[in-house]
Amino acid sequence: MKLGRVIGSMVASIKPEGMRGLKLLIVRPLTAELAVEGDPFIATDASAQAGDGDLVTYEASREAALLHEPWFVPIDHAIVGIVDQHAYDDGGRGRER
Amino acid sequence: MILGRVCGTVVSTVQHPFYRGRKQLIVRACTPDGAFDGDRYVVAVDLVGAGVGETVIVEDEGNSARQLLDAKDGPVRSVVVGIVDEVTDSSPSAGAEKP
Repeated sequence: MKLGRVIGSMVASIKPEGMRGLKLLIVRPLTAELAVEGDPFIATDASAQAGDGDLVTYEASREAALLHEPWFVPIDHAIVGIVDQHAYDDGGRGRER
Repeated sequence: MILGRVCGTVVSTVQHPFYRGRKQLIVRACTPDGAFDGDRYVVAVDLVGAGVGETVIVEDEGNSARQLLDAKDGPVRSVVVGIVDEVTDSSPSAGAEKP
């Protein structure tokens, strides 16, 4: 899993049969320290309750497809959960680089 | 498998049922000398009771993770599988000054 921030949502009326009923969200990937890292992508929501601004965990590739019921839907990123608490302590080593 | 250091935890109430009751750790990838390997990290399920600051081994592959958690269709990829006591790197470049 990785950390990400939901920055928007989208609706598509024409999509593959396996994606019917799945909520689509735009997610920006984050580093372990919650800094922005890379380009946003579209993910389905396996937690069912994520929304704009939420800090979330997500899975990619095969594991994303396994998150939904029925399983193995044709997707490549899916949100696993909404993060309530993110504790981070690298002993100050993260800034040494 | 990757070598990493536990840098934090993630707690979620609303999440996929598979992850209920499974501790999730933020693990940053490390080089053998203990330095962080760029920004590489994973949020991994803990199997060994590792804590913040410990050096660990993370299995970062789906099929092995499912085997480890005994979940044939589990939506999981990263699992902390060991706590590292000591790393010995005898490659010629070990200990050399980084450019």
